[in-house]
Amino acid sequence: MKTLYFDNNATTQVAPEVLEEMLPYFCEYYGNPSSMHFFGGQLHRKVEEARARVASLIGAEPEEIIFTSCGTESDNTALMSAVETNPTKKHIITTKVEHPAVLNFCKHLARKGYRVTFLPVDTQGRLDKEALFRALDEDTAVVSIMYANNETGVIFPIAEIGQILRERKVVSHTDAVQAVGKIPIRVKDLSVDILTLSGHKLHAPKGIGALYVRKGTRFYPYIIGGHQERGRRAGTENVAFIVGLGKACELAEQHLQQETEYLSRLRDKLEKGLLETCPDVSVNGDTAYRLPNTTNVSFEFVEGEAILLRLDEYGICASSGSACTSGSLEPSHVLRAMGVRNTAIHGSVRFSLSRYNKESEIDQVIAVMPSIIKDLRSLSPFGRNQLTPNRCPASS
Amino acid sequence: MWDYTEKVKEHFLHPRNVGEIENADAVGMIGNIVCGDALKLTLKIDKETNRIIDAKFQTFGCASAIASSSVLTELLKGKTVDEALQISNQDIANYLGGLPEEKMHCSVMGREALEAAIKDYKGEAEVIASQEKIVCKCFNVSEEKIRKVAVENHLTTVEEITNFTKAGGACGSCQSEIEAILKDVWSIKEPPKPTPGPSKKLTNLQKIALIQDVLEREIRPRLQADGGDIELIDIDGNKVIVGFRAMCVSCPMGGVTLKSIEEKLKEVVGEEIVVSER
Repeated sequence: MKTLYFDNNATTQVAPEVLEEMLPYFCEYYGNPSSMHFFGGQLHRKVEEARARVASLIGAEPEEIIFTSCGTESDNTALMSAVETNPTKKHIITTKVEHPAVLNFCKHLARKGYRVTFLPVDTQGRLDKEALFRALDEDTAVVSIMYANNETGVIFPIAEIGQILRERKVVSHTDAVQAVGKIPIRVKDLSVDILTLSGHKLHAPKGIGALYVRKGTRFYPYIIGGHQERGRRAGTENVAFIVGLGKACELAEQHLQQETEYLSRLRDKLEKGLLETCPDVSVNGDTAYRLPNTTNVSFEFVEGEAILLRLDEYGICASSGSACTSGSLEPSHVLRAMGVRNTAIHGSVRFSLSRYNKESEIDQVIAVMPSIIKDLRSLSPFGRNQLTPNRCPASS
Repeated sequence: MWDYTEKVKEHFLHPRNVGEIENADAVGMIGNIVCGDALKLTLKIDKETNRIIDAKFQTFGCASAIASSSVLTELLKGKTVDEALQISNQDIANYLGGLPEEKMHCSVMGREALEAAIKDYKGEAEVIASQEKIVCKCFNVSEEKIRKVAVENHLTTVEEITNFTKAGGACGSCQSEIEAILKDVWSIKEPPKPTPGPSKKLTNLQKIALIQDVLEREIRPRLQADGGDIELIDIDGNKVIVGFRAMCVSCPMGGVTLKSIEEKLKEVVGEEIVVSER
């Protein structure tokens, strides 16, 4: 059975061009870039070429890029560096809808005695900017706000926020893992100090990430050891993967505009198709400011895991915010923060596209979805005509 | 991705006895849409023989919830009411070839719907929710349910209780309360653990095993929590030789650490134990 992959916000296929560029760096050019001999030392140039490609994609200078092992490491490093370099400040601001790499690290810092403000979002998943400005004070060390949300695709006004934070001399970090390579980002226009990106969300392999640190931003390393990355991230360079990330960024830059248009056309077709063919369906999140590849739709009265496993029978891969798929017993923290009705959260399905999706695949999803939903609804004791409670009887 | 058995997949993709029996003799409704799963069980029962003639279900929930409900209706058909009450949540899970631990609450939901339906048939009043002490406020789980499920399924840890009832699985604030309930439940039934005392005459092999056990279970986790560690290097009669590792190597409190290890070993293994560092 052919796989129809619509889960690209989870991870992406490695581009064949990327793999091809990486392969010589395993068995042939396996040296250590720090070595004095030519065999190893020649790789230094290759690493710097990759650094320049990553920098170019986001409009940064090459020396502003640090390679890391993943998005999570980049996020943790950014937050840790900000608090280490501001030892007298004990307040952190972030949002309720961050990726766990930021959210749980902030909770960790809260246990260490930091005061953390988790900013709310509105019903469309938009950031409450006023709440941010109210929360800022003299004690604020860092503000960490994601560029675009992984579940809904909603884009936050990072440039606008960055400007204010710069005036207030507060370190600003943005987790741009979902945005880099999908929409144009020029760090020069953003006024952010630190930005996180990850390889496997843009057709590089898993296990490689990067951090943009604006020139002049005080930085303290998280992984301490050798002199690699100019002492800002120790550990022998993962040359093959760095080369892969560089190539993936080059491809993303070359195709960005055309891909953005292609993906949003396909996404809109999928969304429209689902809304037209299935009753009691709604879209979660602000559709005006959204990643071109993401749609998050809720099917009322049915449960997300059941939908995903029925889709799986057709080789269709998507994800859900339902409790049963989260690994914990709680449904999506993002949709809950938006105040989406619990009934709709449990039936939420996210489709996230990539350049490798074809229009015919969209047609297939639209063709099978109505019968899946109808089937599952016929199993469900709930429906439009039943009174369904909107709150858990005991919790609120 | 959950590791579901073929049987679970089969009953999820082709559920049996879907629907609602009109003028049912028994109705059991458990769970609600907000908490993520709900099951409505309807039964047709022959009043003369008390035998279940037909069973149907409607379920809102994940694959294992749907499969558990489907299997329940299969198990119920043809049984008398009394026989039906013998079906445990474990029976439902077993029939499916097992469920992932985290999904056991789906089988418990089946058992609960069955109980509710039969109570309805017998005309027994539902326990009024407000009279029960709710332990987990996120999922509305009572102390009574936790005790019952713990005993029926031999559950001893909070994690198991969460897997079977969801209690403690959201905000987690009731976990210590669940732990206290479990202690209470099992202190009555669990035979007191034999305490290895200094009075026992140990063979050399037993002594070595016991020393290793104490170091692994009690000493090392505590040291590791502070970034330190020790290694057992040798046991020569009653002389225990250890080596400091990690942060312990440079720790000025080394002597105190050594003393406390010795005290613990004296207490558990025997007064004659002496601990030294190499």
